[in-house]
Amino acid sequence: MNRPAAIPAQTCRDAPILKQRGQREVFCGLTGIIWLHRKMQDAFFLVVGSRTCAHLLQSAAGVMIFAEPRFGTAILEEGDLAGMADAHDELDREVARLLARRPDIRQLFLVGSCPSEVIKLDLARAAERLTVEHAPHVRVLNYSGSGIETTFTQGEDACLASMVPVLPATQARELLLVGALPDVVEDQAVKLLSEMGIGPIRVLPAPRSAEMPGMGENVVYALLQPFLGDTAAALDRRGARMISAPFPFGEEGTTAWLRAIADEFGVDDETFDRVTAAPRARARKAVAAAAETLAGKSIFFFPDSQLEIPFARFLIRECGMEAIEIGAPYIHKGLVGPDMDLIPAGPTISEGQDVDLQLDRCRAARPDLTVCGLGLANPLEAEGLTTKWAIELVFTPVHFYEQAGDLAALFARPLRRRALLKLEAAE
Amino acid sequence: MKLTVWTYEGPPHVGAMRVATGMKGLHYVLHAPQGDTYADLLFTMIERRDHRPPVTYTTFEGRDLGADTAGIFKTACMDAYERFRPQALIVGASCTAELIQDDPGGLAEAMDIPVPVIALELPSYQRKEGFGTDETFYQIVKALARPMARTPEISCNILGPVALGFRHRDDIEEVRSLLWEMGIGVNVVAPLGATPEQITTLGQAHFNVMLYPEHSETACRHLEKVCGQPYTKTVPLGVGATHDFVAEVAALAGVEPRKDLSRLRQPWWSKSVDSTYLTGKRVFLFGDATHVKAAARIARDEMGFEVVGLGCYNREFARDIRALARDYGLTALITDDYLEVEKAIEEAAPEMILGTQMERHIGKRLGIPCAVISAPVHVQDFPARYSPQMGWEGANVIFDTWIHPLVMGLEEHLLHMFREDFEFHDEAGPSHHGGHAPKPVAEPGAPVAETARPAQDAQDDAASGSTGSDVMVWLEDAEKELKKIPFFVRGKARRNTEKFAAEQGVTEISIDTLYEAKAHYAR
Repeated sequence: MNRPAAIPAQTCRDAPILKQRGQREVFCGLTGIIWLHRKMQDAFFLVVGSRTCAHLLQSAAGVMIFAEPRFGTAILEEGDLAGMADAHDELDREVARLLARRPDIRQLFLVGSCPSEVIKLDLARAAERLTVEHAPHVRVLNYSGSGIETTFTQGEDACLASMVPVLPATQARELLLVGALPDVVEDQAVKLLSEMGIGPIRVLPAPRSAEMPGMGENVVYALLQPFLGDTAAALDRRGARMISAPFPFGEEGTTAWLRAIADEFGVDDETFDRVTAAPRARARKAVAAAAETLAGKSIFFFPDSQLEIPFARFLIRECGMEAIEIGAPYIHKGLVGPDMDLIPAGPTISEGQDVDLQLDRCRAARPDLTVCGLGLANPLEAEGLTTKWAIELVFTPVHFYEQAGDLAALFARPLRRRALLKLEAAE
Repeated sequence: MKLTVWTYEGPPHVGAMRVATGMKGLHYVLHAPQGDTYADLLFTMIERRDHRPPVTYTTFEGRDLGADTAGIFKTACMDAYERFRPQALIVGASCTAELIQDDPGGLAEAMDIPVPVIALELPSYQRKEGFGTDETFYQIVKALARPMARTPEISCNILGPVALGFRHRDDIEEVRSLLWEMGIGVNVVAPLGATPEQITTLGQAHFNVMLYPEHSETACRHLEKVCGQPYTKTVPLGVGATHDFVAEVAALAGVEPRKDLSRLRQPWWSKSVDSTYLTGKRVFLFGDATHVKAAARIARDEMGFEVVGLGCYNREFARDIRALARDYGLTALITDDYLEVEKAIEEAAPEMILGTQMERHIGKRLGIPCAVISAPVHVQDFPARYSPQMGWEGANVIFDTWIHPLVMGLEEHLLHMFREDFEFHDEAGPSHHGGHAPKPVAEPGAPVAETARPAQDAQDDAASGSTGSDVMVWLEDAEKELKKIPFFVRGKARRNTEKFAAEQGVTEISIDTLYEAKAHYAR
C-alpha cells in the first residue's frame, strides 16, 4: 500500500486539469497575421487557403483591411484542387506578381490553412524554391495558421518558430525578448532592463528583417507571451536558454519577470530596487483604482489565447477576484508553470473545450464576470451575465508596470457599465 | 489561385448560416475545422443578435484527420439534436470538410434522427455566400413545402429576408403594410423568423412576394412549379418601383391597388427647389444586383442624377445588370475585386458613390461622398432606428441617406472656396464633424461674427496683393460693384476677375471686366 494518499493540491500546478473535446469556439492561427503584419514592417503574409480564410481575415481585421494591409489570401479554386503541379505553378505566379507590386517586401510568409494542409500542398518546399528564385532581395518562409493545427495566438508562435532556424549565428551573450508587443511596451521593458545594466537586448520579431537577432549558445531569452511553446523549443534547439518566470502582467508579474532576468545577469538588489521602486508604486496605485470594482467578484474564463492563466493570477492576487474556472486552449506547464504556482488551488482548470458543456457550467456558476470570445459575449449578456470579450486583451497594450492599471481597468469596465446603466423605469 | 484582400461575399456555408440563423427551430450541423466558428461573430456583433447562431461545428483537428472525422460528425449531429431538439436539421460541409469527403448528408440520413434532415451541397471552391443563401433556402423549401388548399382570404408569402441582410428587418414591416393596405394577409415570412413547421404551410398562400431575388429566386421558382404560386418580379425599392410592385401584386391577387401615400414625402422633397442643385449629379453605383438595379432607377428618375457607372459583385445576376447598363448607355462592371471597382470609380470621377462598405472606404480615399445601398455592410448599417429601404418610408429613408453626404460634400466644397473665410477655413472643418471644433478667434462670449466680418472684408481687400496682381487697378465703379456682391463670394469674384483680366492682358478692371469675367466662369 505504498500508493500516496490523495494529497489535496496546494496550487493550480498540482490541480487536475479538466480536458474536454467537442465543439471549440475559437479563432484559428491565421488571426495572428492581423497584429504580426503591423509589427514586422517589411513582411507580407500570404495565406494559401479558401474564401473562408479570406473572409475570416476581413471579419477579424475590420477596417484595418483598407490601410494597405500587408496580408492577403491566395484563394484556391476548383482547378487548383485537380492537380498539385498546377497549384505550385499558380503559387509561383501569384507570388511573383505580388512581389512585383510590392517591392518594399523583404520577408514573405506563406501561411498554411486547413484546405492547403488537407490537400497536402507542400508550402515548405514552395518557400525554399521561392527563396532561391527571389534571393537575395526577399526571403520566403512558411508556417501553418490552420485551424486544424493552431488556435488563435498559436499563429504567432508558429510564425516566430519558423524564423528561428534562419536567424544568423552569434557567440555573443545577449538577452532576447520573444513575442510581438506594441512598440511602446517593448521600449518600456528595454528601458527597465537597460537601467539595470543588462544588455545587449534584442527582440524577436524585429521590426525589420535586417535587424533580426543573432542566435547561439550564449543567448538567453525571456518570453513575453505564454503561447510561444514551439518558438521556445526552436530556440532551445539553437542552444539558447530560457529564463523561466511568471509573465509580466500586473505589478507582481512584472517584478517577478524582471527579477528572474536580473538574477540571470547578476544584478544586485539595490540596483533592482532603485530601477523598479517608482514604477512599482505607480502600478500598485493604478491597479488599486480598478481593484475597488473587482475585489470579491467571481470570474470565469473561456479558452481563447493561452493568456488566461497569467491573467487569472493577476486578477486573483492583485485585484482580489475569485476564479471559478480558468479555461485555456492549451496549457504548456513548462511556460505557465510559474504563474500556476502562484494561483491557490480551487478554480477548475480546463484545457480544450466542449463549448455547450462549458456554457452549462458557466450558467450554473453565474460568475460576476465572464471572459469569452465575441461569438459568445452578446448571447451571454442577453442572459444577464456580464462579459469581457477576450480578443481586446490581445490587441491592447497590457504588459509591464505602466499598463497594469489599464489591464485591471479592462476587466473592471464591463462591471462598472453594468452598475451605471439604468434602462428600466425608475419604479 | 487568385490573390484576394477583400471579398464582397463569404463562402457559401456562411450563406447557409444566414438562412439558419434567420429561422427559428432549425439547426445547422456544419462539418468544419476548428476556427470556422469565427462566422458566429458576424451575427452576434454586426447584427447584434442576443443568441448564438443555431450552428454546431464539428471542429475537427489535425490529429482527427487520419482517424474518424465521420464519427466526429455523427456524434456532433446526435448531440446537437439531443440538446436543441430542432424541428429540422440542415447538414453540410465547409470548404475543408468538402475536401475530406465525409458526406454529411449520407451520414446524417443513416442516423435515424426523428426530424427531417436536409443535406446541403455547397461547392465552396466555385460558389459564394449568395449562392449559399439561395440554395439553402431552396433545399429547405423543397424538402418541407407541399401543395395545399389555399387560405380562404387572399394571402401571400414574403420570401427572401435572411439574417445579416441589409435592412431586411424593416423592409418586411414596410412590405407588410403595403400588402395590408390592399387587404392581403401574410401567410409566412421566410426564412427570417420562420420555423420549419411554417415552411410546410407555404403552399396555402395564393402567391409569393420575392423580396430579394438573390436569396429566394430558386425557392420561388420551385413553389411556382410545385404549388402553382406565381411570384412578384418587381422589388419595391424606390417610389416608381413601389407603384409598380403594388400594381403587380394587385393583378396577381385580383384586388384594387390601394395605396396610402400620406406618409410618402420623397417626391415633394425631390421636387422642392432646394433639390435643384442635385440635377445631373454624377453618381457611380455598385453593390448587389437587386439594390443596384433599384438605385439606378431612383438615381435617374427620382433624384435627377446622372448615372456614370454601375456594376454588381454577384455574378449570378450579371446578365440582368449588363442589360440595365445598356439602358443607361454604360458598360456594366461585374467583378468581386474591389481594386477593379476602385479603378472604375477613379476613371468615372463621379460626384457621389452609392455602394457597399468597401465603396465607402474607396470614397474616403478618393475624397468622394458616398452612401451605402447594399451589403456587405458593417455594424452601423444595422441601426436601432426604423430604416427600411423598401416602400414609401424606404423612399423617404433613401432620400435622406443619399442627400446627407452630398450636403456634406457641398460644405467641403465651400470650405475649399472660402479658404480664408473666418468660419469656413480648413481648421474649422464641417461644423457637424466631431473633433474639428473651430479654434476660438475672439474671447469667449464676444460676438464673433460681428467683429470678424469687417476684419474679413479688410482681408479681402488686401487679398489682391497676394494674388500676384499688384499691377491690377480696380476702377472706382468696379470696386463699388464688387462690394455689392455678398461677402461670402466676394473673394472668389475678385480673384476670378483678376485672373480673367490677367489672361486678357488687361490691367484696369472696369464693371465690364467684372461681368465679362463672371460670364467667362459661368457653368
